[in-house]
Amino acid sequence: MKIAICLRRVPDTTTKIVVGAGGTAIDETGVKFVPNPYDEYALEAAIALKDAAGAGETVVVALGGDAVQETLRTALAMGVDRAVHLQGTPSADGLANARVLADHLKDGGYDLVLFGKLAVDDYGQQVGAMVAELLGVPCATAITSLAVEGGRAKVTREVEGGVEAAECALPAVLTCDKGLNTPRLPSLKGIMAAKKKPLDIVPVTVPAGQVTVVSLALPPERAAGKILGEGAAAVPALVAALTSDAKVL
Amino acid sequence: MAGSSEFTGVDFYDVDALLSEEERAVRDTVRQWVDDALMPVIGDCYIEGRFPKQLIPGMAELGLFGANLPEEYGCAGLNNVAYGLIMQELERGDSGIRSFASVQGALVMYPIYAFGSEAQKQHWLPKLAAGQEIGCFGLTEPDYGSNPGGMITTARETADGWVLNGTKMWITNGSQATVSIIWAKTGDIDDPKSVRGFIVPTNTPGFTAKDQKGKLSLRASDTSELHLQDVHVPKDALLPNSGGMKSPLMCLTQARYGIAWGGVGAAMACYDEARRYAGNRIMFGKPIGATQIQQERLADMLTEITKGQLLALQLGRLKDQGKATPARVSLAKRNNVNMATEIAREARRLLGGNGILVEYHSMRHMANLESVYTYEGTHDMHSLILGQEITGLAAY
Amino acid sequence: MANVLAVLEQRNGALRKGAAELLAAARQLADQLGGSVDALVCGSGAVAGTESLGAHGADRVLTATDAAFAQYAPEAIVATVKGLGAYGAVLIAATATGKDLAPRLAAAMGAACGMDVTAVSAAGGAIRVVRPVYAGKAIQTLDLAGTPVVAVRPGAYAAVQAGKAGAVEAVTVPAFSARLMVTGITAPERASLDVAEARVVVAGGRGLGEPQHFALLEQLAAAFGGEAAVGASRAVVDAGWIGHGAQVGQTGKTVAPELYIAVGVSGAIQHLAGMRTAKVIVAINRDKDAPIFKVADYGIVGDLFEIVPALTEAVAKAKQ
Repeated sequence: MKIAICLRRVPDTTTKIVVGAGGTAIDETGVKFVPNPYDEYALEAAIALKDAAGAGETVVVALGGDAVQETLRTALAMGVDRAVHLQGTPSADGLANARVLADHLKDGGYDLVLFGKLAVDDYGQQVGAMVAELLGVPCATAITSLAVEGGRAKVTREVEGGVEAAECALPAVLTCDKGLNTPRLPSLKGIMAAKKKPLDIVPVTVPAGQVTVVSLALPPERAAGKILGEGAAAVPALVAALTSDAKVL
Repeated sequence: MAGSSEFTGVDFYDVDALLSEEERAVRDTVRQWVDDALMPVIGDCYIEGRFPKQLIPGMAELGLFGANLPEEYGCAGLNNVAYGLIMQELERGDSGIRSFASVQGALVMYPIYAFGSEAQKQHWLPKLAAGQEIGCFGLTEPDYGSNPGGMITTARETADGWVLNGTKMWITNGSQATVSIIWAKTGDIDDPKSVRGFIVPTNTPGFTAKDQKGKLSLRASDTSELHLQDVHVPKDALLPNSGGMKSPLMCLTQARYGIAWGGVGAAMACYDEARRYAGNRIMFGKPIGATQIQQERLADMLTEITKGQLLALQLGRLKDQGKATPARVSLAKRNNVNMATEIAREARRLLGGNGILVEYHSMRHMANLESVYTYEGTHDMHSLILGQEITGLAAY
Repeated sequence: MANVLAVLEQRNGALRKGAAELLAAARQLADQLGGSVDALVCGSGAVAGTESLGAHGADRVLTATDAAFAQYAPEAIVATVKGLGAYGAVLIAATATGKDLAPRLAAAMGAACGMDVTAVSAAGGAIRVVRPVYAGKAIQTLDLAGTPVVAVRPGAYAAVQAGKAGAVEAVTVPAFSARLMVTGITAPERASLDVAEARVVVAGGRGLGEPQHFALLEQLAAAFGGEAAVGASRAVVDAGWIGHGAQVGQTGKTVAPELYIAVGVSGAIQHLAGMRTAKVIVAINRDKDAPIFKVADYGIVGDLFEIVPALTEAVAKAKQ
């Protein structure tokens, strides 16, 4: 089985967000960057599928600046066979990035291209499905189970009020959600071996997109709490607050 | 998932920038493993006095045993800074779990690697790395702790091998070990130069191990008494290149090196807990972290951790150059463990009443660290080692 | 002047909840663009709820009928939308299905895609969207040029009564290549939602008085329709009223739901450690000085045995 995994480098989810000087992006000072957690489900699925097939190749691909190479090596340390760094500046437009990825992947002869369902920085949740559309192959997103057999993939995903089952022929693009598997930690031997695995650098030009970032801002400060009233009589006020103000109902 | 560790470390002087990418990756993997696998069970294990042996396969799979030994023997082949970071992160979890790894790697695998025949290395090292064999290090005796050269365990040569007699005490992993490294006198009982090392499988007739009960420290670790009663071993049980006290002491130097890093890990855990608590605990209408006394506590902790980190890192770099002399290791072990015991105690105090509950970690670390202060060369012994190094005069 | 298309989701021949809210967003945007609102409904037969779309702001209701729409058929929907001609923007509700559909549509149309937005407006020739990023720790504003696809977060807009014609028009489903075969939707196993994963957590403490009163909280959780889990303070777990899996706090689970409702929980520091990063915290306690009120966004003081049933009823009604 030949499987590609598309990987993003993102700030660790415990990062305290500070808006940078330009007002459109975070201040990266002191920020720890890690592989996108949802991509780890994709990496684990790819490594496990290739191991089960007994033959094949897993290739991890990332678009970005040189800092992304360290993230690629983390994937190699997990057990992926080789890495490709598409060297270029990603666009704020997911479709522009998807075009670059699709262009690189189309001649790779991949049975599967796996993504994480979304990246925990921009929450774009689009590039995987866009790549599938550009490649003209089947796509299922946010999968929570995967079985590959006889050139077909059987998946499930969570929808409101239930679990949706689907299947498609390979080659296909799938995006992976929490619950698909438990990603392995890079072993120490894996970390040492990663340095020796191939990491190819391919310069790319990311096309101009249709998206401009106008601003990035912190949410309004949590206002001091208020006691809305006493007893059951206060319930309508609570429900109204939860619906209109907090927007969680 | 292998995503975010809840513990994000302590790094006030950007020591991370002094580490290589691999060293950071090693540290991050162990940090995540401790959060995922160890932290959920350690409180119960500590209270029950039980080592979480179900974690051994996972530790082996990650490659935590003998990580700085060569790849050809099934080990990870890491440098010594990476090895130290492993110990730091394990001890951030619990000193007992780090003790397990220290014994397996530095006190069992290392002596086989340093003093063993090629056949012994090929036979034992891969299995120990894989956690298929568990080892223990039999040096200390009931009456010979700080003075191991006075040991009275004997190894008498026979027609086809050796027969060992004696008792060892305070042996980590003893009761669960499948193999032991026993140090015994092959010559005159008063001649420490006759001490040699032996690989003794623990199922050899005459060998018994029994856990020592009633410990108030290192409760999530097996600490055992070993008894050897006419234990017959073949000729090839001898570690051929061992000879004199230098051999076991070289092993101890390896372990002490790891412990210097471990102290930093325990201190980080306690400081991190204290810092968070100080921010959350409201008293007299404000967080206790807004009071001068607690701020001074935290400032002292951060200072000592930062010093200890830099000490351990430079020691690691020296070790990789072959320049980590026993005295240099003594200085770091002595300092980093002592500062950790103080940080643990001060953190426990900052936590107030909650600090005596096992759901908070500082008191568990505080109790553990008393053992770490005492073993692998007591604090006082390291003072004398340094004293001799400085003055040229032995004051033991 | 540009029109807005709202692609509505249906399941088993009925429009999914949220159609009216999506139309409200579409209506507001269309008014800013000086255009009209088309609502697209793809079904395998008649779809219940179609008749009310005019009242909620649709100028036209386009119905596309094909056997494929008995299940989610993304390629068919994309082909249908592409066949409709140009719009200033295409809006979809950011449900699980909507978030699957939106990027496919965007790529097929060469359009930008704004996902999970809480506000959409016209801004000088572009479509401006506001959306949470970094797990809600920051808010991003984007301008999308061209004719973007926008997935609108459910609940971000309230339905309006906008009395439009809602004239129904059948549209053809062009030829399409079905690549993904959805075989059906099954109800999830009756395994209860993990307290650490639920969007809403209803937690109980000593104030409940007796173990059987946890049933009150189960009813409140059920009123949220499958997205709420029941949690507990350590005191009641230790007392055996509920399993350890529900425990929130220092030695239990750390949770960060969108809504945390603490019922009869005093708010000891060990408990707070497990839930203080919840987006919205509600406290119900008869002691107005209970520490929990210091971290709660909203609180009600009083008898939980009166308050919780009233709240359960109000939530169930709001969710209809």
